[in-house]
Amino acid sequence: MPQKLNRWPARMDLLQSGTGLLLVMFIWGHMFFESSILLGHEAMYWVTRMFEGEHLFGRPYPLLVSAAAAIVLLLIALHALLALRKFPANYRQYQRMNTHMAAMRHMDTTLWYVQVITGFLLFFLASAHLLVVLVQPDNIGPYASSDRIWSGRFWILYASLLLVVHVHAGIGIYRLAMKWGPFSAASSGLWRGRIRLALYCIVAFYLCLGTASLITYMRIGAEHAPYAGERYVPTHASGAH
Amino acid sequence: MNTIPVSQQRTLNISVLRHNPADPDSEPHMQTFQVEDADAMTLFVALNLIREEQDPSLHFDFVCRAGICGSCGMIINGRPGLACRTLTRDLPDDITLAPLPGFELIADLSVNTGKWMRGMAERLETWVHAQGLEQIDLSAIEAPMEPELAQQLYELERCIECGCCIAACGTAQMREDFVGAVGLNQVTRFRLDPRDERTDAQFYELVGDDTGVFGCMTLLGCQDMCPKDLPLATQIAFLRRRMVAV
Ligand code: HEM
Ligand code: SF4
Ligand code: SF4
Ligand code: FES
Repeated sequence: MPQKLNRWPARMDLLQSGTGLLLVMFIWGHMFFESSILLGHEAMYWVTRMFEGEHLFGRPYPLLVSAAAAIVLLLIALHALLALRKFPANYRQYQRMNTHMAAMRHMDTTLWYVQVITGFLLFFLASAHLLVVLVQPDNIGPYASSDRIWSGRFWILYASLLLVVHVHAGIGIYRLAMKWGPFSAASSGLWRGRIRLALYCIVAFYLCLGTASLITYMRIGAEHAPYAGERYVPTHASGAH
Repeated sequence: MNTIPVSQQRTLNISVLRHNPADPDSEPHMQTFQVEDADAMTLFVALNLIREEQDPSLHFDFVCRAGICGSCGMIINGRPGLACRTLTRDLPDDITLAPLPGFELIADLSVNTGKWMRGMAERLETWVHAQGLEQIDLSAIEAPMEPELAQQLYELERCIECGCCIAACGTAQMREDFVGAVGLNQVTRFRLDPRDERTDAQFYELVGDDTGVFGCMTLLGCQDMCPKDLPLATQIAFLRRRMVAV
């Protein structure tokens, strides 16, 4: 009879998938809040204040935003650490995988490689973004964000982050479904096709949404460039703008 | 002169990665053979023509030539497959053949899948474990099994241990100790068999690490390349769910 099972491999596998799932849910939700700018300055300002807890506590606490950023950063660190185990561990493994992938011309094998590369890039891109939010939680808003994006040239970071994170998230959800999904032998292929199609659509949607928002921030930032640094004052408070 | 009309007469250029580790002078190299294509020709036929008419020293394995014995697995234009089940008409004029990677090379296209499979079977104990098997009366009628379950086990038993799923798996190619889809499939087969009395915890001891089910990165090469179309993705996902629930 088994005396003591080492449950860590199971836990780590579950945790890798779990942190991945949470991060995807986060990024897919995040896109809607971020794109509130498409509905106007006022809408985005409202969302900003909501995350600072103003509607709940009566006054804004930017620390809440820092806390959220810290949690996401922690999730990413955990996820990346667990995923790191799957990276080719040495040059020989890397070379074998490369040869194998080139010879196979097999979609899912290639997608895994894309995930390794996008994951590696995310390590820098996502951390950079989150660190800014973490240390300047109060510097978010229709003008503050637009100034950072345009005058601060953050659009370069965000444009790459947008593409990389959604490709990684889309492939990740597809992999999660195939990795754990209780599809019967007869319907597995059908579901695989459906899920793949659904994820193409979802990723395309988020890329469009993200691009539209980013362009809007850039436009606002360009217009606001002469006054860069000035904060947005909501219409009901000042009557301006 | 062959007067049987063929849809399209063409010459196949079959390049074979040749090497014989038993011969100290042998260096791995490609050798190309020309073979006239014929209707309904398989790679099995083409390779036999080469061996009979051009080079009797060419090594490759065949037994059943019907996709049953699993000995003719090889890399065909980069992807693993059974030579006896591959029609030349489905391939371009230039065909490259290589031995299955991940197995001990015997010579040319012949690899020792048997040794690998035996090692895997011993390590994963792919046989029924039950108390008192010695006392079983073999002439007595067995306890009946639900037809659906029997069918499901039969489906999983169709694995011919050809090794294509090992050659198709990026994980197995990177990590030699990974048991691969063939091993994981066989473990699920016994996990589903009511005659096997092992608990999930006991199965966990066999596959509960990165050389087993948690090593699989769901690249699905195995599922897509298995010549017997086994539902490997379904089986591995099932085993993964069972093993995290232990
Ligand atoms: C920042 C560093 C990140 C790194 C280094 C990274 C790396 C990886 C790698 C290598 C895999 C494949 C693992 C495997 O095949 O077993 C993976 C899977 C995954 N990633 Fe990431 N990733 C990062 C961030 C993210 C983010 C921000 C998200 C969400 C948007 C995400 C979502 C996922 C999902 C859902 C999976 C599938 C999980 C699984 O296969 O169990 N990852 N990641
Ligand atoms: S699972 Fe399929 S590919 Fe793998 S050894 Fe069995 S028959 Fe061959
Ligand atoms: S799903 Fe992928 S990693 Fe898992 S056994 Fe099959 S080919 Fe290998
Ligand atoms: S010769 Fe038996 S499977 Fe091909």
